[in-house]
Amino acid sequence: MSSVAIRTNALVRRFGDFSAVDGVDLAVEEGEIYGFLGPNGAGKSTTVRVLCTLLAPTEGTATVAGFDVGSQPGEVRLRIGVALQDAALDPKQTGRELLRLQGLLYGLPKYAMAKRVDELGELIDLGDALDRPIATYSGGMKRRLDLVAALVHNPQVLFLDEPTTGLDPVSRASVWDEVRRLNDELGMTIFLTTQYLEEADLLCGRVGIIDRGRIVAEGTPDELKHSVGSDVIVARVDGDAAPLRGIIEGLEGVQSVEAHGNELVIAATNGSAAISPVAVALSTCEVTVRDLTLRTPTLDDVFLELTGSHIERDDTNEENDR
Amino acid sequence: MTIADVVAPTTSPNVLRARPAGFARDVSAVAGRALRAVPRDLEAVFPPVFIALFFFIVNVASLSKLAQAGGHGFDYKAFQMPTAILIGVTGVSRAPALVLDVQDGYLDRLLMTPIRRLAILLGHMVADVAVAIALTVPIIVFGFVIGVRFETGMLGLVAFVMLAALWSLAFAGFGYAIALKTGNPAAVNSAFLLFFPFLFLTSAYVPRSQLSGWLDKVAAVNPVTYLLEGLRSLVSQGWQWDDLGKSLLAIGVMGAISMSLCFAALRGRTARG
Repeated sequence: MSSVAIRTNALVRRFGDFSAVDGVDLAVEEGEIYGFLGPNGAGKSTTVRVLCTLLAPTEGTATVAGFDVGSQPGEVRLRIGVALQDAALDPKQTGRELLRLQGLLYGLPKYAMAKRVDELGELIDLGDALDRPIATYSGGMKRRLDLVAALVHNPQVLFLDEPTTGLDPVSRASVWDEVRRLNDELGMTIFLTTQYLEEADLLCGRVGIIDRGRIVAEGTPDELKHSVGSDVIVARVDGDAAPLRGIIEGLEGVQSVEAHGNELVIAATNGSAAISPVAVALSTCEVTVRDLTLRTPTLDDVFLELTGSHIERDDTNEENDR
Repeated sequence: MTIADVVAPTTSPNVLRARPAGFARDVSAVAGRALRAVPRDLEAVFPPVFIALFFFIVNVASLSKLAQAGGHGFDYKAFQMPTAILIGVTGVSRAPALVLDVQDGYLDRLLMTPIRRLAILLGHMVADVAVAIALTVPIIVFGFVIGVRFETGMLGLVAFVMLAALWSLAFAGFGYAIALKTGNPAAVNSAFLLFFPFLFLTSAYVPRSQLSGWLDKVAAVNPVTYLLEGLRSLVSQGWQWDDLGKSLLAIGVMGAISMSLCFAALRGRTARG
C-alpha cells in the first residue's frame, strides 16, 4: 500500500482579508502525478508556495514527504525539488555555476559535484551552452535548466508550477516527456499546476480543479470528463443562448444543458444521435446558429459546468480544434 | 542519456541525497557566487575607483599648495589618501545584485534550499569585504606613486585597508536593508545619497581645525570624521591608539545601526507568515 507524499487538511492561506487558498484538502500518493488545474488567480501557485515552505499556512495543516511545512520546513526543503512558474535563475551565472551552487547548498559532496553537473547538463542537452551565461539562453533552455536545478539532489517530491507556460510546442512536449520519465522510471511524486487542459489530461493520474481557492472537483481526467456526459454538443449562436436552454433540455438523449453567453453546452449520452434533433430544434427558433460541434468532453467542460466559466480561452479552442 | 540515468529512484539507497550543508559552506557558496559575478559586473566597481582617483588627483593638484602654505611639514597627499579611499569603498556592495535576485525569483530558489537565511546575507557581505579590499589597491598604489608613505609601515597599511573594508561593510548594510525591504533597484541606488553627507560634511578636504561654524559642529557628530582621523594617523603620525579606537567605535556605531536595519529587513523578506 502506497503512502501519502503530500497531504493538506483544510489548508487556508490569507493575504489580509483575501483568501487565496480557502480550505484545500489534498492527499497525493507517492509516485503519483497530481495535476492542479485552474485559471490564473485560482490559488494554484499560492498552494505550491505553501507546500514548498515559502509561505506558512494561515490555517490548517500541510505535510510533504511526511514533514509538516509549518513546523519542519527544513526537513521538507531537503526532500523537495521545485520549479516555480517563472524560471528562477540568475542570468549572470552560467548554467554550470548555477547547478553547482544548487549542489553545494544541498550538501552534495564536492567529489561528486562535477560528474553530477555534467550528467544534468547532458540530460537537458545544453551542450556548450552550459558554460555560457544564462542570460544568453532561450526560454526553452531556461525552463529545462530550471527543471534540472530542481533535480540536483534527487528529491522525493517534485513541484512544477506551470512548467510549460510560455513555451513553444516543441519545448512543451520536451518538458512533458521529461516529467513522464521522472514518474514512470523513478516513481517520483510530481505535483504539477497548470492552466493547460491538455497538459493535465496527458500527464496526470489525478487532477484537482481549483477555483477561487477551493477544490471544486477531483478525480482522474476520464472520471471528471465522464461526469459531464459521454458526449458534448456545443452550439454557438448570435445573441444570448439562455432562452434556448429550455427548448433543448426536453430533447431525447440530452443529459444537461448549460448556457454561457452565446454558447450552449449540451451533454448527451450519444452525441451522434442527439445532434440532429438539436440542430432541428435550433432551426425552429429565431436565432442564427454560427456553429454546431460534437466532441468528447474536456476538462474545460468540467470546469465550465462547475464554475460557469472557462479555464483558459485559447486552450479551449485548441481542444475543440483537435 | 535518459533521466533515469541521472536522477536516482526515490527509494534507492546509496545515492546523492540532500543534507544541510553547514553554515560555513552556505556562506562560502553564496560569497563565491557573489565574487564570480564581480568581473561580469565591472560597471558596479569601476566608477567608484575612477571617481576616487579623479578626486584624489584633482584635490591634490588644486589644494596642495594652499593646504601646505602653513609649512610644518604638512603633507596634503597623505592627508587626501584616506578621503580617496573612503570615496572608493563607500557604497560598494552587492545589494543591487540582491535586488535582482528578489526580482528574478532567484532569492525564492535559494530560500527553498536548506540554506540558513543569515548565510544569504553574510555571503554577500564576505564578498563585499573582499571587493572593498581590492578597490583600495589602485588608490594606495597611486598614493605610493605620488610619494605617500605609511608612518606605521606594512602593518599600518594592513590596518588601513582593514579599517576601510570594515567601513565599507558598515555602510553596505544600509544598501542591503533597502534592497531587502523594498526589492526595488531604484531605491537601492538612492542609498547613494547617504554618501554625500557622510563623506563631505566632515574633514574630507581640510583638517578639522580649519572647519568653522556649522560645518565643524556637523563634522563633530559625523562618524566619518573620526574614521578619517584614524586612517590619517596610520599614514602620517604612527600608531595613535586613541584615534584608532575612535575610528573603530565610529565603524561599530554605524555598523550596529545598518546591520540592525538589514537583518530586520532580511527577517521581513524571508518571513513566511
